[in-house]
Formats: sequence, structure tokens, C-alpha cells
Amino acid sequence: MIELWYGIVALLLAAYVVLDGFDLGAGALHRWIAHDDRERRAVLGAIGPFWDGNEVCLLAAGGALFAAFPTALASGLSGFALAIFLVLWSLILRGIAIEFRSHVGDPLWRAAWDAIFCGASTLLPVLLGAALGNVLRGVPLDEHGWFDLPLFTDFSASPPVGVLDWYSVLTGVFALVALAAHGAAFLAWRAAEPVHERARRVAAVLRLATGALWVAATAATAHVNPTIFHHLRDRPLAWLATAAALAAFVLSVVAGGRGRERLAFVGSCAFLGGLLAATAASLYPMLLRGVGVGARSLDAENASSPRHGLAVALGWFAVGLPFAVAWFVVQFRLHRPREPVAPEGEGY
Amino acid sequence: MDALHDAVFWHRLQFAFTLVFHYLFPPLTMGLAPLIVALKWASLRRGGDAGLDAAARFWVRIFGINFAVGVVTGIPMEFQFGTNWAGFARYAGPVVGHTLGMEGLFAFFLESSFLGVLLFGEKRLSRRGHLAAAVALFVGSWLSGYFIIATNAFMQHPVGHAVGADGRLELVDFSAFVLNKWALLQYAHNMTAAVVLASFVVAAVGAWYALQRRHDGAARIFLRCGTTAGLAASLLVIVPTGDLQAKMVARHQPVALAAMEGRFTSGARAGITLIGQPNVAERRLDNPVEVPAMLSFLAYGTFHADVAGLDAFPPNDWPDNVELLYYAFHVMAGLGTLMVVLMAAGCWCSWRRTLPKRRPLLWALLLSFPLPYIATTAGWMTAELGRQPWVVYGLLRTADASSPSVHTGTVVFTLIGFCGLYLLLGLFFLFLIGREIAHGPEETP
Repeated sequence: MIELWYGIVALLLAAYVVLDGFDLGAGALHRWIAHDDRERRAVLGAIGPFWDGNEVCLLAAGGALFAAFPTALASGLSGFALAIFLVLWSLILRGIAIEFRSHVGDPLWRAAWDAIFCGASTLLPVLLGAALGNVLRGVPLDEHGWFDLPLFTDFSASPPVGVLDWYSVLTGVFALVALAAHGAAFLAWRAAEPVHERARRVAAVLRLATGALWVAATAATAHVNPTIFHHLRDRPLAWLATAAALAAFVLSVVAGGRGRERLAFVGSCAFLGGLLAATAASLYPMLLRGVGVGARSLDAENASSPRHGLAVALGWFAVGLPFAVAWFVVQFRLHRPREPVAPEGEGY
Repeated sequence: MDALHDAVFWHRLQFAFTLVFHYLFPPLTMGLAPLIVALKWASLRRGGDAGLDAAARFWVRIFGINFAVGVVTGIPMEFQFGTNWAGFARYAGPVVGHTLGMEGLFAFFLESSFLGVLLFGEKRLSRRGHLAAAVALFVGSWLSGYFIIATNAFMQHPVGHAVGADGRLELVDFSAFVLNKWALLQYAHNMTAAVVLASFVVAAVGAWYALQRRHDGAARIFLRCGTTAGLAASLLVIVPTGDLQAKMVARHQPVALAAMEGRFTSGARAGITLIGQPNVAERRLDNPVEVPAMLSFLAYGTFHADVAGLDAFPPNDWPDNVELLYYAFHVMAGLGTLMVVLMAAGCWCSWRRTLPKRRPLLWALLLSFPLPYIATTAGWMTAELGRQPWVVYGLLRTADASSPSVHTGTVVFTLIGFCGLYLLLGLFFLFLIGREIAHGPEETP
């Protein structure tokens, strides 16, 4: 039961990264690959119908964490409080930018919201990647399972650590580049010309950068927290997921090179999903690793809700998930790739 | 001065601020959704009515702007359970995590998927398809409301739980928890209040156009729709939903009822206070204007019933802000009554087709749109202040619920940040809504 809930939380987080990842990546790129208002509306039109639903995955993952591992949610959110608020403010500004931008035709109005949209979409992947970096590196939990991290200290990854140090900034940059490549793959598939063509070229470059940073981030993780790789021998799931991620990465590079944009995007999704699955499989059962003297770690066992509650939650989750998936399918079928930019006043 | 050095005070202030600001938006979303469905359905039944379609399209645009602000201000609330109230999250998470998780899965996915379809899909879908999108938004937003109310109801009146061996709560009876009687009544009260709020907004825009003598057709539809739904809902808010809710408070939170009424001494034939100023230091209500024996009747169904005053409870268990609770309740109840009168007058004239000519009444309808916003906020303040000093009633005190590792400096910093951000958000929201209303329903801006 506990394994299952660990898997569900990981699945929802991975769904969040894969789905919101493409609109975050598209947002981070949008000022650079869409130059005039029409092109920017092509980008917004491609992600507009999806961003809110994608973001709901984060709330759903949070809800699952709340129901299944409330102790980890409580410690994590309060320990990272300041960073969490930065994430929240970015999410607020970004959502409003997407929804408000095209209501007014004035170029200054639009330029301002475009800058906010792009800035928030750049900051968010860095913060989310840094959050994952903190989970991998470990946090100074006290004997009651609480911790309090400043945003930064001296940027060395040894105590006293902050949320941001060289390692978590590296994972943050990796996340930004990987999601930008993902967003570019999405735009190459879905956005109208000429954004489509430009996204194609950018995606090719970003994929190479993603590959290089993947190697760097893995090496850095082995340096900062070697224990993660200790269990690898008896974790076939971690091996399989890593192999799948590698295969998907190659697929996205090859398909992207041949102009098979949808396939390249699917490869990009599978790459991110495989990467996160491998991470979750090697971390299990850890939720928040304690580092430092007398640290107490929070794992799936000591941070979980009682069994009966988990079983009940499994019931409603099994009922709700097919509906959620169905809404996504309806969404993707209603909006076709490379639809022309909507007339003023209709659409994003 | 002590309070200002207490982290819990700042956590409460921040949560109250972000929550009150957030809840300015969902009531309009939840209240407009059924009205939009009704307009679109009426048009469909007539085989397509240009006036009704334009009216629906106009409110969909308002809905979209309002919904966006509701969504983005709602996201922090979900996280603040952890950042501000980690003690609560750890203690009650095994129970309330269920409703919060279900809200995401059942409501948010539905709403977010069909919002774009409702906003921009009118041309690409059939009439029925577009109506279905409106229904999806209606169902999604009302489901979302239920899960949040069920969460709050557990905090007000915990059921279906047990205290585990480790001292934390655990879920024992899922259906008792989800179908908490408190949740059902509070939901009915809250949702009718949302319809009241939306009706006032719709009627106010209708009155504005009628006063300006433009958009005549739309003005008539808005006034008719707003006052009819408004009268029905503002009556339902009081009887039966508000009345039953008050009886429930009397039974399960008698100390909150005593504070809401500013009742310091217990006794039979308790009167209901219309106006007066609670003087907590002296333990009395100054300058009271009362209806004798009415409180006994409303709370317990007989004029002779004993109603406990605050003196029946240890001060330690009193709501910690008696004055604010008392005024919040009285503001809500007073405005609730006034709103029935306004809507009754509006509805009467609207059905007699004399409303567009009655300019004083139109002015009153126009200027009264803030009233349901104030009443709704005051109503939630009543519920939440009345729950104090508990975060989970009778089980966990608010003082023990905040995040132990988050210090005051962080909370004050982020509170200031939220103030600035929400001020900007509010200004942009008003600007865009004002623009839509100035454009009016016929032409698309």
C-alpha cells in the first residue's frame, strides 16, 4: 500500500513535470522564438487551452502527498517556506499573464505581460529543479522531523546549506534546459508557422545541452549524495527507467532531426518521465533525507497516513483518475496542431 | 503588543488576508455558472435567441477574468496548509488530505479542461456542445466548493476520525467524514450565498445599462435574471439554510453562538440583539437593542429555552476575538435582511415590467452590488472566528497548529509580498472587468 502511494505521488509529480513542463518551457522560450505579437499569440494559442489543466497536476500531486504522507508535506512545505512562496508568486503572475495579456490590444500592456510570462516561466523550472536537488542532497531535519532552510548560505553543498547551492542551482539549470527543450518540441509540433520552424531549430540545440547537463547533474549527484546509487544493484525498476529515458532521449533527437515532430515530443515526454521514474525508484522509500548530526529522515513508512486511510484514498483515486485522463484526451482532441492564430478577441 | 511578537498571529493574519482576498472571486464563479447555464439553456430551447446568446457570451467573458484570478489566488491556499499550518497538516492531514486531494482530482481537472472550451469554443462547437462546457464548469466549480466546505466542516465539527496511537488523527469512517452534516448545511448556505452574490452583480450591471439607457435588451434580461435568482437565493440563504446553520452552531459550538450574539450571561428567554457594542472587559453588551426571547426561539425552537452565555464557559475556550466575531455575524445577518428587501422590490417591478423606469430602485440595485461581497466575507469571518481558539474544534488549538520552523521574519516578508501582489492583481482585475462592462454585451471588444 505504501509502495503504491509512493508510486502515485511520483506518478502525479512526473505528470506535472511532463505536462506543465511543455508550457513552462514554451513560456521560457517565447520571447526569444516569437518576435512579434502574432507569433507570440501563436505560442500562447498552442499552450493556452492546456496550461491550467497541466498546473492542476501539481495540486493533485500535493493533494495525494497530503492524504498519503502528511508529515512529509508538512515538513517539506514549511522547511522550504520562502522558496515555496517564490514559486507561488511566480505561478500567480504567470497564470494572470496568460489570461490577461490578450484582453487589451495596447502594445505596452502586451509587452509587460509577455516579459512577466517569460520571466516567471524561466524562474519556475529553476526553482522546481532546485527543489528536486534539495530532496536528492538532503535537508537538516531535527529530531522532530522539522527543518528550516534559508534561501542561500555560501553556495557550498555542505552544512549549513541553503535551498540554493551550487548543486541545487545545477539541477535547477538542468531542469530549465530540459523543459525548454521539451517546450520547444511541443511548439515544433503544435504551433503555427513561423514559430514551428524556429522551435524546431532551437529544440535541436537544446536537446544536446540537455544531454550534456544530464551527465553533469548525475555526476554531481553521485558526489553530493553517493548513497542514492547504493541500492541500484537490487532496483531493476531504476535500471529499466534509466534505460527507457536514454532510449527516449535518442528517439527525440532522431525523430526531431527527421521532422517527425509529434514523435519527437512523445520521446521528450518519455525522457522526462523515465528520468523521474528512475529518480523515484532509487530514492524509495526516502521522502526527505535528513543530513547532519542527529538528523531524522522522513520516509514512506514513518511519514505516512494510517493504512485504512490509504486504502480509502486508493478507492477515490481509482474512481477519479479515469475522469481526469478523459478530460485531457477531450482537450487534446478539441484543439488541433498548428491551428492558425485566433482572431483578436477570440483566444489567447 | 504580545500578539505582534507571536508567530501564530502573523500566520493567522497572512492566511486570513490571502483567504479573504481569494474568496472575493469564487462566489462569483460559482454563482454565475448556473446563471450562464440557465441563459444558454433558455436560448437553446428557443432554437437560438440572439439576445440571450449575447447575454451569455457577455457573462462568460466576465466569468473568464474572474475565474483566472480565483484560480491563481487559490493555489497559495493549498500550499499554505504546509507553509503556515504545518502543525495542522501533520496532525489532521490523514483526514483532511482526502478532501483536498479529491478536490484536485474531481473538480480542478474538470474545470481547467473546460474553461478554455467555454471561453473560446463557441464557434467550434455546436450549441449543445458549448452548453455542455458551461455545465462542466458549473459542476466542477460546485464540486470544488463542496470539497473545501467538507474540509472546513471537519475543522468546525470533526466526525469520522479517531485519535491514533501517535496522537495524530486518522480516518475511520469515510462517508461520515465526507457527508458530515455540518458540511451539507454549510454547503447549502454557502452556495445559495454565491448565487445571491452573482445575482446582485448581474442585476447591478443591468441597472447600470438601464440607467444609461443603452443595451436595453440586455438590461432587461440581466435585471429579470438577476432579481429573480437573487430573490430566491437571498430567501434561501436565510431560511432554511442560515437558520439551520445557526441551530447547528447553537448545538455544537454554544460558546461561539454566545460570542456571536454578544451574550455574556446565561439564562432563559434569551433575546436577539439587533444593535449593541460588546464590552468584553466589563462582560456586558452596551446600548443593546433587542427582540426579547427571539434567540431562544431561533436556536432551540421555544421562547423559554435556556441559552448559554459566555459565562458558562472558561475564558480559555472563548473565541479569542469576541468583538470582531460579534460584528461579523451582525453585519452578515443585517445585510442578508437588507438584500431580501432589495431583491423583492426589484423582482416585483421586473415581473411587472416597470423596473427599467424606476430610476431610484435601479440606483439602489446598482449601488448594492458590494453588499453580498461584504456579507459573504463577514459570514466566513463568523464561521472562522467562531471556531477559535481551535483549528480542529475541541481537538487541536490554533496556537499548536502553525509551522514550528517558519519564523516571523519569513511570514511578515511574504505577507508584505502578498499585499503588493494582490493590490496589483485587484487593480488589473477591476480595470479589465470595468472595460468589459463599458463595452457591453453586443459587440465583442
